[in-house]
Amino acid sequence: MSRPERRGSGALEVKFVPDEEVLKHIADDAGIKVRKDKTQLTVSVKRFVKKLENISDNEAQEMLEEKNYVAALGICAQDPVENGSSVSGSEVYSFQTPKRSSKMAELASELAQTPGQSVAPDHSECPENTAKTPQSSKRSSSNKVQQRSKKKEFVSTTPYRLRKRLAAPDPYLESESEYSASCSEEEDEEDQKEVSTVLAGQKTPAKTKAASTPPPRNTLAKKTKEDKMSNLVEEYFEAHSSSKVLTSDRTLQKLRKRRLNQQTLHDLLKKAPLAYAAEIKELNQQHESLFSKWMLQLHLGFNIVLYGLGSKRDLLEKFRTSVLQSSVHLVVNGYFPSITVRSILNSITEEVLDHIGTFRSPLDQLEFIIKRFKEDSSLELYVLIHNLDSQMLRGERSQQILAQLSSLPRIYLIASIDHINAPLMWDQAKLSLYNWLWYETTTFSPYVEETSYENSLLVQQSGSLALSSLTHVLRSLTLNARGIFRLLAQYQLENKDNPSYPGLSFQDFYQQCREAFLVNSDLTLRAQLTEFRDHKLIRTKRGADGVEYLLIPVDDSTLTDFLEKEDEDV
Amino acid sequence: QMALKKMDSKTPSKKRTSSSRHWQSPPVVVIFKDMESFITKVLQDFIVISSQHIRELPLVLIFGIATSPMIIHSLLPHSVSSLLCIELFQSLSCKEHLSTVIDKLLLTAQFPFKLGEKVLQVLINIFLYHDFSVQNFIKGFQLCIVEHFYSQPLSVLCCQLVDAKKRVNSLSHDQCENIRRLPSFRRYVESQPSQKQIALLTADNFLKEIIQKLLEDLHVYHENYVSVLRCLHVFTSSLPKYPLGKQIRELYCACLENRVWETEEYESSLQLARMLNKSDLVTMLQQCVEIFVSSSGKEFDKTVEKLKEFLTQFQKLEAEAFQERDVSVSSQKELQKKTDLYHLQKTLLELKESRRSKKLTKFEKLRFEVVDYIDSLVRNYLVPADHKTLHEIVYFNTASVLRGHLNAAPRIALHTALNNPYCYLKNQALKSDGGSISNKAPDICIVYKLHLECGRLINLVDWLEAFSTVVMAVEGPNADAASSDQVDDIIQYPFSFLSTVSELELLGFIKPSKQKTDHVARLTWGGC
Repeated sequence: MSRPERRGSGALEVKFVPDEEVLKHIADDAGIKVRKDKTQLTVSVKRFVKKLENISDNEAQEMLEEKNYVAALGICAQDPVENGSSVSGSEVYSFQTPKRSSKMAELASELAQTPGQSVAPDHSECPENTAKTPQSSKRSSSNKVQQRSKKKEFVSTTPYRLRKRLAAPDPYLESESEYSASCSEEEDEEDQKEVSTVLAGQKTPAKTKAASTPPPRNTLAKKTKEDKMSNLVEEYFEAHSSSKVLTSDRTLQKLRKRRLNQQTLHDLLKKAPLAYAAEIKELNQQHESLFSKWMLQLHLGFNIVLYGLGSKRDLLEKFRTSVLQSSVHLVVNGYFPSITVRSILNSITEEVLDHIGTFRSPLDQLEFIIKRFKEDSSLELYVLIHNLDSQMLRGERSQQILAQLSSLPRIYLIASIDHINAPLMWDQAKLSLYNWLWYETTTFSPYVEETSYENSLLVQQSGSLALSSLTHVLRSLTLNARGIFRLLAQYQLENKDNPSYPGLSFQDFYQQCREAFLVNSDLTLRAQLTEFRDHKLIRTKRGADGVEYLLIPVDDSTLTDFLEKEDEDV
Repeated sequence: QMALKKMDSKTPSKKRTSSSRHWQSPPVVVIFKDMESFITKVLQDFIVISSQHIRELPLVLIFGIATSPMIIHSLLPHSVSSLLCIELFQSLSCKEHLSTVIDKLLLTAQFPFKLGEKVLQVLINIFLYHDFSVQNFIKGFQLCIVEHFYSQPLSVLCCQLVDAKKRVNSLSHDQCENIRRLPSFRRYVESQPSQKQIALLTADNFLKEIIQKLLEDLHVYHENYVSVLRCLHVFTSSLPKYPLGKQIRELYCACLENRVWETEEYESSLQLARMLNKSDLVTMLQQCVEIFVSSSGKEFDKTVEKLKEFLTQFQKLEAEAFQERDVSVSSQKELQKKTDLYHLQKTLLELKESRRSKKLTKFEKLRFEVVDYIDSLVRNYLVPADHKTLHEIVYFNTASVLRGHLNAAPRIALHTALNNPYCYLKNQALKSDGGSISNKAPDICIVYKLHLECGRLINLVDWLEAFSTVVMAVEGPNADAASSDQVDDIIQYPFSFLSTVSELELLGFIKPSKQKTDHVARLTWGGC
């Protein structure tokens, strides 16, 4: 029980509300009255300015808000300990994305300056700090940032949607509804610009202070608010239709030359100490204490799904080693890029059921498994799926088959999901087949295995795989064929600085090959190229003039490595 | 003449059409599960083709429809649907099924296991607001049973009364201690004279005796409870606007929650009940008598007698009223004789006067008595369960567990973990003030927080720099000293950033974008 309690007052920016009060107003709403309370939904709750108001107002506001939520979703009978989690629902589904490019750097320096850390935010150091981030350099001093921090943190986290939805003014909160965060945000921006121009030359902290105090809210603010209150949907399309994106043009290439490859990254990560190891261990112990319960519930016909931040691989692995040692079980690494439902089914039929033979379709295979499990009541199988929501398994058909599999009485499924939209995979039919029991297992452990297969954004694909496949394929070819490929590779490397290099045209290539005595006819070359293409060594592309261009789809460094290796061999 | 038929598959009864009499052999029945998911072309072709051979091959088609019957016409054009001889069978609505389940499972003293108010409320809410699935309701109920017997050590006593009594005798000392620790039992002990208190707290054998008695009390309480609840429902379900709810489950929830007679709704329903007309009242009383007669409770002999007495009184009243009407008719006749305006006015005034000051008629008095009697029944028997001693043994009350497992919110968990890691990692350094997170938070939280500040696209370089600014500030002045060479610093930190970005990608917050080099696209959005 200690876990839910911890979540209790935990939701972001939720003021503490005494349990009794929560209970009381929940009780007010309960059951029959929920529908009648619909009018309440239009009650306006303006949260974003609440720090400007006094605390009692805050509380009342908070209560109202929660009430709205409770009334809207009909989750009335919640335990007081859980109130926090229900409130944050409205925040979770709306992510504000301000357009200002400097926001992130700003927040970073703000975070860097938050009190209670080792660096004292004295002025001598501040300019240096901001200077590190070119984005923020147009702001003069992070001192100002600190002053604004209170307001800003608000702006960044206020649920936009809530703000819009609850548009009608409420007499109770009339005084607050004058403001809107969206406009205050704009003002902020103006304010900020003003400050930076003022302070362009001189960096006097005193002046910063004076300038950065929030200007009086005027009628203009109200007007902008009206505009801003327009449809959320429109805003979405507005934001996504314009191709113009306000981000800086810097690239990683300019930043540093060497990119880390997968292996070094892995090593570095291993070396880095895990932050908060003690706390994470404690969390894990809590989860591990549930193992026997999971077993009981699995045997009673439920299947278990784990969710929450952090890799659940180790947890499941521990579950497997501690409980499932003596029973037949199947571990599916859903995050593996080439996993398919068919391979899962195959391993069940081949490894578990000892069936030799192929099936026409996965459905046939499923049918067979179901039949076998119905016939033989001694069969039992535990299926552990890491990342049931992975790219390869999230498809409708895969999920349908897995759901049907899991609905068998003696197949026990325990799976983990990570993606924020993972539950959208399942409709009612699948959900009832899966018969899930949800367990929150937030572990905060890094997703080492899960992300290792991903084409990480920053990690350079080492190309070692491509290189080895290149050498392997070529080794099996004739000398002439190798020569042909070499020619192409060399030509491509010569042109590597030409960004608009289309590839080598077939005619030119033929000419070169002839000159090198590699082919004697157009046809031989074509046959050879077909072979290359079958092994995915080259790619052909038709140019605008209808000429066929040949290209090796491997990056330059790999190609260089390859040629060097070839030279060594020769 | 087509003989194809269309039915809702939920009722598999087959009805033969008139033309089927000519058939030599019984028709072939083809069942289409889930008609909506068929490809319409295939379906249409099948119907058309089979209609051409209906003479040789009699067919009965049964379609299962999950939505409304109107779907037939949108799936099949008129030319096809006219080939069918459609008959509709509808299954009961899911709400009725739920009522049956609640009726048979919860509103009976037959099963010792009971649901607490909050738990029931959660289950009903999931049903009403999420899925309308009776199956899920039952699943929830099953989970409650599992949880109860798993988490409550005293649930050994949650069985049939006879067995429970036997088990009480074999309770160990520890189990006795467990019982002594129950809040409801403590309350009970405190209400006892001091001599008995000591005995209860020290002597196990004495305790066991008392437990047996209390369990029996609890059992009797449940037996009576159901009957009185149904009886009350008879009254409240016919009141205008249903202050206590139309369904018995709503009434049940209200009664479980707290003393129902202290609520406003109850007050107003009593008010309304006092205005019922006689025929309604009589039928209700008859229903109540039936309920009590058929109930298993033993204390209701008197109640039944009393109710029957009310009924006879009503009958008497009817007879009296008949006579009275005669009298009034005669007086009216008298009135008609007098044509004098003055007298007429006078008598009318008198009538009015008498009506105003008139005391309650006999019927009204009786009606008050009936309502008061029902009220007394309610106060006697519908005491909320958590006021009863030892209710913890049979009631499952931890609704939060149930909600966590059935109606989980993975996104909220993720959100909380990212925004407020202190919820999970109890480290003072993470304790946040208000909305912001501290810069010592796990890397993923910081990276997430930074990405929230960005628009549709995120420049990785900016992101990385912002991140290293934060991390370096935490590292302290040592890192600052080296910060003159910017590139070096960034090289120092990227690996944790790199993995964190991939993690965010795995979680579905961002994806790689090809719009601009070294940019990622955000997948979540708000008011941009």
